[in-house]
Amino acid sequence: MSPLESLRIAARALRVNKLRSALTVLGIVVGVGAVVCMVSVGAGAQAEVSEKIRTLGANLLLVMPGARNSGGARLESGTQPTLTIEDAASIRRELADVQVAAPLLSRSLPLVAANRNWVTVVAGINPDYLVAREWQVAGGRLFTSDEIASGAKVAIVGAVIVEELFNGGSGIGETLRIGNVPFTVIGVLDKKGLGAAGRSQDDVVFIPLSAAKSRVLGAVRGTTREALDFISIKVSDTTAMSEIQRDVEALLRQRHRIRGDAPSDFRIENPADVLFARGAAMRLLASLLIAVAAVSLVVGGISIMNIMLVSVTERTREIGLRIAVGARRREIRWQFLIEAAILALVGGLVGAFLGAAAAVAIAWKAGWPVLISPWAIVLACGFAGFIGISFGLYPAHRAARLDPIVALRFE
Amino acid sequence: MQPLVRTVGISKSYPSGGTIVRAVSNVSLAIEHGEFVAIRGRSGSGKSTLMNLLGLLDRPDSGTYTFNGQEVAMLSEDGRATVRSHDIGFIFQQPALLPRATALENVELPLIYAGISPSRRRRTARDALDRVGLGDRGHHWPNQLSGGEQQRVVIARATVNDPALILADEPTGSLDSATGNEILSLFEALHHDGRTIIVVTHATEVANRARRLITLHDGQIVEDSSASSDNLRPAALAMDSLP
Ligand SMILES: Nc1ncnc2c1ncn2[C@@H]1O[C@H](COP(=O)(O)OP(=O)(O)O)[C@@H](O)[C@H]1O
Ligand SMILES: [Mg+2]
Repeated sequence: MSPLESLRIAARALRVNKLRSALTVLGIVVGVGAVVCMVSVGAGAQAEVSEKIRTLGANLLLVMPGARNSGGARLESGTQPTLTIEDAASIRRELADVQVAAPLLSRSLPLVAANRNWVTVVAGINPDYLVAREWQVAGGRLFTSDEIASGAKVAIVGAVIVEELFNGGSGIGETLRIGNVPFTVIGVLDKKGLGAAGRSQDDVVFIPLSAAKSRVLGAVRGTTREALDFISIKVSDTTAMSEIQRDVEALLRQRHRIRGDAPSDFRIENPADVLFARGAAMRLLASLLIAVAAVSLVVGGISIMNIMLVSVTERTREIGLRIAVGARRREIRWQFLIEAAILALVGGLVGAFLGAAAAVAIAWKAGWPVLISPWAIVLACGFAGFIGISFGLYPAHRAARLDPIVALRFE
Repeated sequence: MQPLVRTVGISKSYPSGGTIVRAVSNVSLAIEHGEFVAIRGRSGSGKSTLMNLLGLLDRPDSGTYTFNGQEVAMLSEDGRATVRSHDIGFIFQQPALLPRATALENVELPLIYAGISPSRRRRTARDALDRVGLGDRGHHWPNQLSGGEQQRVVIARATVNDPALILADEPTGSLDSATGNEILSLFEALHHDGRTIIVVTHATEVANRARRLITLHDGQIVEDSSASSDNLRPAALAMDSLP
């Protein structure tokens, strides 16, 4: 009998009991689905983390104003303006491994250009900030030191701003109103894509820090003119990140006159660490789920074996009849093995499809790249087929061992 | 020409409740091509066991069996399966059809295992169904057919591979006598076509229609008479079974 013939007979037997076949393969569906989904989600999360670290710069520390205890009540982080330009200057001056310590002051503000409106983050910086972020201009130029010193009304904008406000044009030389203050666009930044918070990093306008304080942000804020949102520190030696973090902390505590074990009024973060930790947690979760999926696959195999044994008993007369009309033992064995393998493979394919769909949905929701691993699909389906055949062996053997005379008398 | 079936001293025993039952005991038998033989005997006399041995579904404990010129008593299981699929057609007491296959597909079954191509299979099976008068019922499921029709499908299946030997174990046992007679007429027609048929039966009419009657008792042949005038055969058989 040809293999095609065996396949046809097996497929037919499975179609007869559609619901039972479907329930039997549920374990395999869940197992393969979970493997494919988790491997894909894990890969997408990993790619996302790597991409964010790449756009952020791996050698970056952020100093942010922190909570200060005031009358026992802990103020919300960032509400107390505790970081100053002098803090940034002294970090740069005092610590040898610090390449750049760039202060930044920002706020969401409405923009107007010609007749278009847009609201975005406007950040006052020194050119150091773009060095710390390893960010180049794609067109135009950077701020000059004169512009920084005088607080000139010039702006460097991200790609999203060009798109939204200067649709079609390069934007360079155009006038842009921030609040009510007209600024001239002198540069356009390289595209960076999505940031760690899932928002486009290219939706930004940079202006000189001095201009921000005197003309735009200082006025609206009503806080001390020294206050900063954060200081970005670029470190020359990435292996010494934690030591530098300690040095910065000691220096700032000293400058802010914080004694003993009193809490600091600032926070230092290593964004790469945070992202790495998030990635590692994702991977751990994914591998745990894959372990659960493996158990599910084995349970699925046992359920296939169970149903195949039931099926062999139910079809005792059929088997006896087939043997009586000339079926060889191995043809009977193949018939049942193929049935088990089809069950497992179909379950595997359905599971792979559902798992991939779930991975796409998760990636879409989380804003990750979709990375469906074809290897995960091939491997998971292969493993499912292997399970089907291994757990189908014993029932198939039982079927092939039947004595046709006894089988034909079976009620 | 050699006889189609020649057994010499075949026996088959079954363990049963501590003792051993000799279901078939030292049976020697020769059946020529084209014979129509009826086997009768009380229940438990070994008729089915003998049919299973002759049909190569089972293997004798001792003795030799030459079928169609081939020594088959010691044949491997696969070897016996090949002989069954090409040269033997079985008809059982209960119409044994695959419930989830149409009448036509049931008739095709032996051809599948004989390795015949699907298109030829279909054609051959249709012809066989035509011969039992069910040419227009090929697409029906077994549960849409009456008991007699089902048994006719079984006969079509047993003859579809053009077997050298047709074995029927109480083929009318589950049918009313009118339907049984129709089935028996089919056997007569097959006999007229020159086929070799062995039928196990209780009904005397069947025995009368057969050309030769063998009676079993406790696993042994106690009577072997030809309904025709040819009475030489038992003597020849006796010669055969001499050591
Ligand atoms: N598979 C078996 N196991 C045990 N005993 C059996 C088996 N098959 C037949 N026998 C015994 O062998 C004897 C002959 O049985 P069988 O050939 O079926 O007789 P018949 O068909 O003439 O009624 C009976 O005593 C029966 O109990
Ligand atoms: Mg019987």
